[in-house]
This record gives sequence, C-alpha cells and structure tokens, in this order.
Amino acid sequence: MRSILTALAATTLLTAPALADGHVSLSGDFKIVSDMSNPAPRAVMEGLAAQFGELHPELNVELEVVDREAWKSQIRNVLSANPPDVVNWYAANRMGPYVNAGLFEDVSDLWNEIEGLDAVKGAMTIDGKQWGVPYTYYQWGVYYREDIFNELGLEEPETWEQELANCQAILDSGRKCYTIGTRFLWTAGGWFDYLNMRTNGFDFHMQLAQGEIPWTDDRVRQTFANWRQLIDMGAYIDDHQNYSWQEALPFMVNGEATAYLMGNFAVAPLRDGGLSDDQLDFYQFPVINPDVELGEDAPTDTFHIPTGAENKEAAREFLKFVTSAEVQTQINAGDALGQLPVNANSSVDDDEFLNQGFEMLSQNATGGIAQFFDRDFPAEMAAIGMEGLQEFMVFPDNLDDILNRLEQARQRIYAN
Amino acid sequence: MTTPTPAVPDTHPPADTRSWYKRNEIRVTPWLFLAPGLLFFAVYVVFPIFQSFNISLYRWDGLGEATFIGLDNYRELATDRAFEVSFWNNLKWLVLYLLAIPLGLAIALFLNQTVTGIRLYKSLFFFPFVISQVVVGLVFSWFYLPQVGLLNVVLGWFGTSINILGDPDLATYGIIAAGLWPQTAYCMILYLTGLNAVDPEQVEAARLDGAKGWRMLWYVIIPQLKPATFIAFVVTIIGALRSFDLISIMTNGGPFGSTRVLSFYMFEKALAEFGFRMGYGAAIAVVLFLIMLVFIAYFLWSMYRDEQEARR
Repeated sequence: MRSILTALAATTLLTAPALADGHVSLSGDFKIVSDMSNPAPRAVMEGLAAQFGELHPELNVELEVVDREAWKSQIRNVLSANPPDVVNWYAANRMGPYVNAGLFEDVSDLWNEIEGLDAVKGAMTIDGKQWGVPYTYYQWGVYYREDIFNELGLEEPETWEQELANCQAILDSGRKCYTIGTRFLWTAGGWFDYLNMRTNGFDFHMQLAQGEIPWTDDRVRQTFANWRQLIDMGAYIDDHQNYSWQEALPFMVNGEATAYLMGNFAVAPLRDGGLSDDQLDFYQFPVINPDVELGEDAPTDTFHIPTGAENKEAAREFLKFVTSAEVQTQINAGDALGQLPVNANSSVDDDEFLNQGFEMLSQNATGGIAQFFDRDFPAEMAAIGMEGLQEFMVFPDNLDDILNRLEQARQRIYAN
Repeated sequence: MTTPTPAVPDTHPPADTRSWYKRNEIRVTPWLFLAPGLLFFAVYVVFPIFQSFNISLYRWDGLGEATFIGLDNYRELATDRAFEVSFWNNLKWLVLYLLAIPLGLAIALFLNQTVTGIRLYKSLFFFPFVISQVVVGLVFSWFYLPQVGLLNVVLGWFGTSINILGDPDLATYGIIAAGLWPQTAYCMILYLTGLNAVDPEQVEAARLDGAKGWRMLWYVIIPQLKPATFIAFVVTIIGALRSFDLISIMTNGGPFGSTRVLSFYMFEKALAEFGFRMGYGAAIAVVLFLIMLVFIAYFLWSMYRDEQEARR
C-alpha cells in the first residue's frame, strides 16, 4: 500500500513544478468548506477529507461543513473575506458571478490531466476556460408508482398522447397524476425545462436561457399551452403552492398521486417513506414534438478553488483526487451519494434508478444536457421566471400578464 | 498697606490654576461617558445609512466593480410591480397590526381583577409573546394547512374550506393574524402595568360623578393610560416593520410574491439565493428607511414635547 501511495505521489510530482525538487507532498493547512450537509453527503465528504489526509500525512486537512441552503448566500462573503482552499458550488450559470468577479481560480490546466471528464466539460466552461471540477450529477425524470400503473393497466408513456391518456385514466381512478410542491418555486422550473425542451428542443431552451428569445414568442406560448393541458385536467395535486418538495412526497407515498417529476435525490426519501423498488419506477419524460431530439436536466455539483486560497497546491491535488475514476465510483455508490459519477471510467452502482438514469443520459439525451432552470438562466431571470411559472400553475389564465412581465425582465436583465 | 481697600469686593475669581479637564469636568464628563455609545452608533447605524444611500446609486453585484447609474434604481422601482405589492403589504401590516393595541387593552381590562389564580391566567395570556416568532409562524402555518390544518378541519364541518396561505389575496392577512397573536400579548402586558398606575382616587371621584362603563373608560381610564398607549404604539409600529421572520417562515414571500414586504423584498434582491443586486436592494432599503423616518420623527417629536411639558 505504501508503495502505491509513493507511486501516486510521484506521478503527481511530475505535474507540480513547484515541488520539482523532490520529496513527497503537500504540507501545511488545507481548508475545505463544503455544503454537503445532508446526512449521506456529509458522511461522504468527511470520508473524502479523511482519505485525502491519509494520502498526504504532512497535510493538515480541515473540513467545515455548512448548511446547504445557507451556503447559497454565505459563499459570497466566504469567497471575498477569508477564502478556504476548496469550496462546493454548482455548474453553469450559477458559477458565473464568481467567475466574472475573479473569485474562482482558472483550473483549465487540471482538465488536461484528468481523463474521462469530457462529457461534463461544457457545464464547467465559461469563456473557454474551466473554473472547477464536478463531483456528482443526477438525472431528472418521472418517478412513478409502478403498482398503481399495473393496477390501472398503464404503460410508461412515450408520447404526449399516451401521457395525457394515462393521466386521464389516473384521474378517473380518483387519484392525481402528479405530486409537486412549488412553495420554493424551483420544482416548477423542472416542469418548464422538460416541457420546453420537448416542445421546442434543447437548443431553443438554451437560447431562451441566454436571453436570445422573447418570452412572448409563439413557441414559448406553445410550451405553456402544452403545460396547460395537464393543468386544466387537474393533473397536479391541489394547493401545491403551499408545499415544499419534501412535503409533496407523502401524496405519492400514500398513493394520492402517482408520479413525481424530480431529481434522483427523491428516491431515497421515497424509499424511506416505505415504497419498495417494486412499487417505484422511473421513466424518461415523454416525447411531445417528435422533431426535436431529447434534452435532459442533469444538475452537476462541483468543487472550486477560490482565487484567494492559500494552499492551491493541495487544492489542485484534491480536485484531481475527487474526480479520479476510483473515487468517483466510490462516492457516487448507492450507499454513499447515490448519484451518477462524472468520470466516464467509473462504474455506476447497481441500482435500478442509477442504471436507468445513466443509460438515459448516455444514450437517450442526444439533444443535450441542461443543468436546471435556476442554473441555466441568470440568477435574477431565474427568480422572476420561477415565480411566474408558479403563478401559471395556479392561475393559468394569467399567462399573458406573466409572459409580458418576464419579457420586460428579460429586456432589462440581459441588457446589462 | 497704602492701597485703599476697594469699596466693593473683588468679583474676579482668583486665576484658575486647575487643568483644562478639571475646569470643564462637568461639561465634558457626560460626553466622555457617551463617547463609546456615540462612536458605535455612528459606525454601525449612521454611517451605514449614508452608505446605503450611496450604494443605491450604483449597479453592483456585491463582488465586482460597481457602476454608477444615478437614480436608475429608483426609476426601476417606480415601475416594479413586485415593489408596489411589497409597499402596499407594508401599509397593510402597519394599519392592521395596530389592532393589537385595542385587543391588548381589552384583554388587560378583562384580566385586571382579583380572582384566585389570576397570575396564572395572566401568564398564559402573555405566553405567545415569549415564544419565538419562528415557532408562532410554524404553529399558524400548520393551523392554516389545507385539508389537514385545524382551521380547515373545523371549516370542513360546515362543508367549506379555505387555503389562506396559498391564496394571493388572503395570505398577507393570514400572516398578519399570526403576528397579532404575540403582539396582542405584548400590548396586554404594557396595559396591565399601566392599569396598576391608574389613580384609584380619580376613579372614585368619577364614580361619584356618575361615570361608568364606556364613559369611565374613555374619559378617566384611557387618558391615564396615555404613557402605556404611546409605548404600545411604538412597539407595534416597530413590530409591523420587522415582520420579516413570519413571512419567511410562513410563505417565503409567496405565492408568487404576494406576501412580500419591503424588508423581505430587499433581502431577496440583495442577499438571498438569487439576489445579486446590491444597488437595487439598497434603493428598497432607502424607501423603507424613509417610511420609518416618518414614524421615528413622530416618536422623537412627541417624546421631546413630553419632556418640555415635564420641565415646565
């Protein structure tokens, strides 16, 4: 084991010119601030820090885990005041403000050294450079009650017509088709992402995110018209504006609603709620417009080095460590994060949902992979947009007013 | 001694040889004691106010370069519907929150009697003020929950139901009602202490003159409760302006922004997850400050007036 470690250290030396004089390794303090505060991710992060510390005995690894929600507003102070060496954040537009403010270190050089990350490179690229590394991502899609589908004799829908027919059958049986909790708005963003990508395609969706298409465009209206079909049927649970995504889970567990458009992180609480794998299954969001290729949401979580970091040597080493094929396999396993590894050379844990997600994203997402509404759209547009989406879900008649408002916001936000 | 002693005594005091500090001790000492307070007040209160004014003239994401844009933030505020909604909500809070004063007075009058165990009842009525606003918010949001909340269970017996926090027209009133619960208790305790200070002789005299019921209350009791009413008014206005925590807990500003008040909107625009607009947030803060200034000026003026009267 010792020799493997030395060998590993030796190979890293080749790429670290500052240490070219010889001996192993990294020393000093190495401070990580992580937002992996939920129980399972926290254990993973603590394991990572401990493992990295063992690899580099000279290094004093300090890990600080902060609340995931609070971190979203704390990160700005931390980055500008007393930056640690490595922090957690999100890919795509969400990292834009920090990249533009020069607070994230350009780590493009690392990307030449790590293999197997090509698929996720785009999400980490701004201005042709990479500003961090991903460590996990997860698929979105429809999680549904297999047992209820069987009872009603329904198949996983592949087209919009099947989807609507299924939903009608579910409604006729006295249940709701979908549970959702839009109190914190972003869940409605997921629905819009899928409906828009299926109606107008991935490229159109990205153009909309970049502000190149007016919200009042007829194609956007078509997306909302499709959405309205579900809303008018009464497909969604009532009063969803009162619930968080967690509070919407019991509707599915109790069988009052049969499906949930969600990220893979919903599987764990659904299982905890008492649903077995026989009762729970997954399908890709059905095709609406057969002329567009399928785009998928697969949000990516990341590690970054603040420009003010003191031990960048160790930080770069840590980023390489986290993205390596073995570590990726290990931390994304079903008993750890339960998500998808970012390194193509890693293996996906043998879990019903991870397998389906991996297959879907690698073979059936030819349109492209989006991050998520609130990561692809600029922060302010996302906030105003999601509020409009929630309003639409409750009062679909307000659509014109909502779209005009969003369009007004678009003209202002992207002009700056 | 050839010099004649002057007829009048020398009124010039002997030349003061004490140090400057000793000479001015009485005038200087209060300022010395005030200095730490004044310093902190200046650095943490006065200076940030001007800083906010300044930031509100810039476009700034809190990280990069700030661009001077003059009054553009204020121009945008004038057309911002979310701001308008927040502004009106603030006014609703200010007006309806004042209901806590008559409610508090009513409960105080009711509890101001000598019955066995009255102390226990008083403390029970005071209880909501002791628990945290966050807990109050949670309790009320459970109370309002559609289908399973207590309110809707009761309404269900009459075959009706209402989703207060999910309805953009009702949600703000629902939160204000939750806020009134602890605020009423606060006003009650203020009035209970005030009632202790009511002069029994005046009450006796009024009774001899045949005053009772409402007339007694209006012409004899309430004028004597004026100091309590003033304090109750002050704390209620302040309470209404700091309604942030209840909103954050109960609706998070939703549904679709209908329950925001200015402080919450400012937080969302400048400091929350998707907020990167320090300048715009500061502009909202300035507007909020101006609203508060009206009340602050009134409070200061009436305190000043009372002091003048007391000196006379």
